[in-house]
Amino acid sequence: MANGRKKGIFERLDGLYEFDREPVTKDKLQGAGNFIGLYAGEHVAGTEFVIGPLFVAHGVTASALFLGLLVGDLLAVLSWAFLTAPIAVKTRLNLYWQLKKVAGPYLTFIYNIVNALMFCFLAGAMISVSATAVGLPLHMKMPTLTDMYPNSVQWVLVVLFVGLVVTTIAILGFEKLSNFSKISAPWMFLVFVAAGVAVLPQLGVHSAGDFWRVANDKIWTGVPLQGQSKFTFWHVMFFAWFCNMAMHIGMSDLTILRYARKWQYGFLSAFGMYLGHYVAWIASGILCAAALGNVAPGPIAYLGAGVAGAITVVIAGWTTANPTLYRAGLALQTATPDWKRWKVTFAAGMITTIAAIFPALMMRLLDFVALYGLILMPMGAVIFADFWILPRIGLKNNYAALKQILFSWPAAIAWGVTLIIAFLLPLEIFFKGLPGWFIAVILFVGLSYVQQHYSRKELAGGAI
Amino acid sequence: MKTLTKLISVTGLGLTIVPAFLVFFQKITLQSHYHLMLIGTILWFISAPFWMNKKSHG
Repeated sequence: MANGRKKGIFERLDGLYEFDREPVTKDKLQGAGNFIGLYAGEHVAGTEFVIGPLFVAHGVTASALFLGLLVGDLLAVLSWAFLTAPIAVKTRLNLYWQLKKVAGPYLTFIYNIVNALMFCFLAGAMISVSATAVGLPLHMKMPTLTDMYPNSVQWVLVVLFVGLVVTTIAILGFEKLSNFSKISAPWMFLVFVAAGVAVLPQLGVHSAGDFWRVANDKIWTGVPLQGQSKFTFWHVMFFAWFCNMAMHIGMSDLTILRYARKWQYGFLSAFGMYLGHYVAWIASGILCAAALGNVAPGPIAYLGAGVAGAITVVIAGWTTANPTLYRAGLALQTATPDWKRWKVTFAAGMITTIAAIFPALMMRLLDFVALYGLILMPMGAVIFADFWILPRIGLKNNYAALKQILFSWPAAIAWGVTLIIAFLLPLEIFFKGLPGWFIAVILFVGLSYVQQHYSRKELAGGAI
Repeated sequence: MKTLTKLISVTGLGLTIVPAFLVFFQKITLQSHYHLMLIGTILWFISAPFWMNKKSHG
């Protein structure tokens, strides 16, 4: 009975991704323009309104910010280009099917659930972002940087309202909002730039020559706000590199890049990085300084762009939360095979909305994003090692698929032990990913050797 | 028709970004910039859906 139910879950899981089961065929490959649009759209989002101000709050200096972002974004682009894209164009499979071949269906199922919960919290942060704009005309008391819990009944009600709307749209009209998201992307980027430029005179910038002086004296002063830790060049660089760790090093974007004609399309992620994670973060940092350190996205966007700014925050939050919620629903559906899609999405929406009530999720977004990447990263390292290293040392790759193993213990131990070691390392969360990746690769390769060597010996013994 | 809607969209984007620079060069007030941006936003959203690629990425 239990076995039958488990089988049902995995059949259901496969069914959800049935459409993607086969490698992408040549006629479905996409041109470079699609990837430019996709990356630019995805990385100019609601989170950008929060991250720029948080750098200001953490007392980053202007030079640390500009240089740190430049280098960190470059490293992120190189990660997409050299780690994700080559595997994507060779296998043409999405993360789910690739991981299933390497780690087996049981572990892939666990990964899916963890991923879904992470998606829920990410969407929750976006709902909080939108709520700060929706609450503007209601003169709602905005959450501050140190608020961990809801600061008013009004905040709770506004978040519940926004959460309900976002969830309803995710249930009813995902495709329409997805199209709407694409349409809003170029306009949204210009709003970021315009808002940042328009408030510069308030900070004392009246010509291009004034900018660097004001940037140092009034915006990125190097002095953290009270209760905030001090960020350096290294914090900025590692954050910029790893904030999308789940996508590049974690291999989530296999799902996107498998449609690329060539692996070099991975470099097109630069459009997302330098428009969203450079220009937009700088613009929102300027807005934060002009708002005298206020970090709530709604008020700072309103200051720079008026009603259009507030609309941007709502749209940016919704368009990011909606697909995230949809993906969470898709992943959670594997755990609730008897539930209809709308029920699962509704449940994911409720988890998301409850999380969004706590402003800590938005105000500690840097930490959360770093944690999110770190948790999912080891499985990307496992895929990397399986694809590139195992065949070169005489081991079989896709071993779980080859031997029909349901649960790959080398992958599971590599994932779990990497996270334990990473959390024990006496480093801030932003720096744990790099050693973590090497630990995961070494563990997986070593344990795969043990597994395959032991298996061969067993076979040889059996033959005798 | 498509050309006209594209023209409206470009005007919308222009009204979104140009007023900010006019504020910077002290040619218009921040309030005027707010109003022009809102008009630009409306123009963009009433015109762009008619010509922008609706095909979703697989």
